Amino acid sequence: MNKREKQLVALSAVVGLALCAAPSASAMHVMEGYLPPAFCVIWGAVCLPVLAAGVVSIRRIAREQKKVLLLLAMAGAFVFVISSLKIPSVTGSCSHMTGTGLAAILFGVPATTVLGVIVLVFQALLLAHGGLTTLGANAFSMAIAGPLVSWGLYHVGEKLHFPKKLSVFLAAALGDLFTYCVTSLQLAMAYPSANGGVAASAVEFLGVFAPTQLPLAVVEGLLTMLVIMGMETYAMPELQLIGFEKEVKYE
Amino acid sequence: MSKNQKIAVISLLAVLLIVLVPLFVLKGAEFGGSDDAGSQMVETVRGESYEPWFTPLLEQLTGGELPGEVESLFFCIQTGIGVGVIAFGFGYLVARKKYSAKDPSKGKT
Repeated sequence: MNKREKQLVALSAVVGLALCAAPSASAMHVMEGYLPPAFCVIWGAVCLPVLAAGVVSIRRIAREQKKVLLLLAMAGAFVFVISSLKIPSVTGSCSHMTGTGLAAILFGVPATTVLGVIVLVFQALLLAHGGLTTLGANAFSMAIAGPLVSWGLYHVGEKLHFPKKLSVFLAAALGDLFTYCVTSLQLAMAYPSANGGVAASAVEFLGVFAPTQLPLAVVEGLLTMLVIMGMETYAMPELQLIGFEKEVKYE
Repeated sequence: MSKNQKIAVISLLAVLLIVLVPLFVLKGAEFGGSDDAGSQMVETVRGESYEPWFTPLLEQLTGGELPGEVESLFFCIQTGIGVGVIAFGFGYLVARKKYSAKDPSKGKT
């Protein structure tokens, strides 16, 4: 990052902190109006610096690696598709996936945050899904925490010389699962249980989300792996540009 | 079939199985949203009913819940935009590889 970009990120952190003092702001899988205002503001403030860093990283891609924009658009579109599909699960209720693993693996967390927030805003405005007041909390779970786990796991997998497909699968699946763990925790922090506090409450919320989400996480892992396989076959030059592929491989 | 193709076919089948099996095994289940289950959980944990302090903007504007059909329209638009971009991308990439056979290191088809 150059100096001006660093300043932008720093500024956004300051603005975020300032927001903590002023009531406003809003996240994704937490339902609209279901978080006390203070929590909405705090989560929003946490997200702002990452979001700003994301804008910087996407602008950089747009400026320096125009060729890669297509992959970025596809990663964003993947989030659009995947997070719009409500899928029945073994618990008899429906949930949907996040789709942010792909972008996180390819472009890192900040850029993913921007893509995730776009989807969250779309859903909050048009679909009454998630919400404006809970935008910060949901952005944190789906567009920061989940992608961070995906990104981290993928790189751990690479270090340990796992097969690439396996790394991608694990990263996307567990990132998806982690998103819902964070959502549970966020709800628990806002609604600590009367006896047992935050921990007991978190377990209860996890009980709602985790069993439903587990099979969907597997689906997300598989789909992400398939897209990566497709890109490895057809978009090798771009993958090398972003450092995803080190050298020319022959398929 | 190449190894990759086999993996692709098997994963797609697995995805279909995971998605469809609950539908047939859990006959009569409601398949409501887990977000709604979350709302109910909030009430259980609090031990009293909870009134959201902010209702979705669209519900304020239309003065009520979004009709189910319209909601599915918006979901379809979201899916459509996404699929369109992905299909365009892969279409472009596949054609590029196919027609750039001048470079022997690529496009060995």
